[in-house]
Amino acid sequence: MSIKVEDKLYQNRYLVDAERPHIQIKDAAVCAACTTRQCTVCCPAGCYEGAESKVVLTTDGCLECGTCRVICTTHRNVAWEYPRGGYGIQFKFG
Amino acid sequence: MSEKFDVIVVGAGASGNAAAYTLAKAGLKVLQLERGETPGAKNVQGAILYADALERIIPDFREEAPLERHIIEQRMWVMDERSYVGSHFRSDDFNKPPYNRYTIIRARFDKWFSDKVKEAGALVICETTVKELLRDDKGKVVGVEVDRADGRIYADLVILADGVNSTLARKAGFRPELDPKHVALAVKEIHFLPADVIESRFNIKDDEGVVIEMMGKITHGMMGTGFLYTNSDSISVGVGCLLSDFMTQKITPYQLLEQLKAHPSVAPMLEGGEMKEYAAHLIPEGGYHAIPQIYGEGWMIVGDSGMFVNAVHREGSNLAMTTGRIAAETAIELSREGKAMSAANLARYRARLDDSFVIKDLKKYKDLPDLPDLLDSNKQFLTTYPELLNRSARAMLTVDGEDKRSKQKDIYRGFRAERSLFGLIGDAYKLWRAFR
Repeated sequence: MSIKVEDKLYQNRYLVDAERPHIQIKDAAVCAACTTRQCTVCCPAGCYEGAESKVVLTTDGCLECGTCRVICTTHRNVAWEYPRGGYGIQFKFG
Repeated sequence: MSEKFDVIVVGAGASGNAAAYTLAKAGLKVLQLERGETPGAKNVQGAILYADALERIIPDFREEAPLERHIIEQRMWVMDERSYVGSHFRSDDFNKPPYNRYTIIRARFDKWFSDKVKEAGALVICETTVKELLRDDKGKVVGVEVDRADGRIYADLVILADGVNSTLARKAGFRPELDPKHVALAVKEIHFLPADVIESRFNIKDDEGVVIEMMGKITHGMMGTGFLYTNSDSISVGVGCLLSDFMTQKITPYQLLEQLKAHPSVAPMLEGGEMKEYAAHLIPEGGYHAIPQIYGEGWMIVGDSGMFVNAVHREGSNLAMTTGRIAAETAIELSREGKAMSAANLARYRARLDDSFVIKDLKKYKDLPDLPDLLDSNKQFLTTYPELLNRSARAMLTVDGEDKRSKQKDIYRGFRAERSLFGLIGDAYKLWRAFR
């Protein structure tokens, strides 16, 4: 079964804080060397994409759940903050 | 903002609203800060509202709160890929007001609750993220700093109602990072359908509602459950599993949800619906032992931020509202006695919680969060047994010329093939111990 998470996220309402991502990878080299890269599986919004020599993080579709930060237990390589007031996901139903 | 408040409440979810409402109603000068565009914009829940906790705060809430359906039927399904074995409980006793449980849509409900907070006299400011707690040279919390110009705001007491991720409590060192073993990730969608279609599909009328809890192979051996709730003209469907389990396998949360929706027993209930939102949220399931220090010099923690969730009984928002209310009542009492919001005085908050159902219930299941460890080496509970159960039901209900005694023997052999006799007895004992 192939489904695209983008089709789901498309239904959501976001106020994207352009150029100011609220989550950042602390050290790209750590992700490059990471063997599990479980963030690319566990993020419910598919924000993390594994490439050959790095992990690419795009926070636009973030649901602000905290999963990526909590599961990065070995490296603690995710700098996670809430977006600025008023920005990010705005749940219509919740 | 140069004025000083009696209390600052961080967050406008269930616990924050309960606290802010109770405080403002008693005449305290309250500021509530919320990072969403509107109250509720950042909040996610299944969602079931347990009436009792809210009734103790707003006794006549039923007359005006946006409630969806009151629950008259609870279904529990144990599933394999193509089937389920279920137990349903439906009673006309649940159709007599005042009703005990309702489905709600959080964004709508929270907006109403927040209006009540404002009516009670609190100042509610949205689109404002609290960056950190302000502390004096002795470490006492004296206010907060927000992401606006001149962002320092002072108060005698700060109540942290900032949710499961609580960046504030973590940064202040009040609470450690969440343990993946003690937190579940739930994803859900809301599907809109005409009310009469929902009513005919679920055999209900008017404002009656049904909840379905699902377990078994739908979670791929992960510790977790699926759920489906009927709202007025929509259905909430979702699935949640422990993060420590998600960490060990390769299915994404949205694939898991997609498979649940495609299950032959689930798909017909959603057919023709229009999906209008996809949400995700963490649920703190660490139980009693995961509760951090919940008060100190000038601060208290309420709701998910304090890990107040009873995972066994799927209760969270009622614990949130109750901890919010009791924290507020503690502050009101101290204020009336003219006493400081010190750790020694705020200890009354914890003492009151110890006396309430919140701590008593969490204590009852205090060892249950160790269940993941137990199940980790005992995946049969989540995969083998659901499959055997469904296979047995299918065999007994298929009329094909084979006699029933032979079928029974086949079923018994099936269980024995998957699990030794000692294994079966051992499993029964393990479950009994965990839930005792």
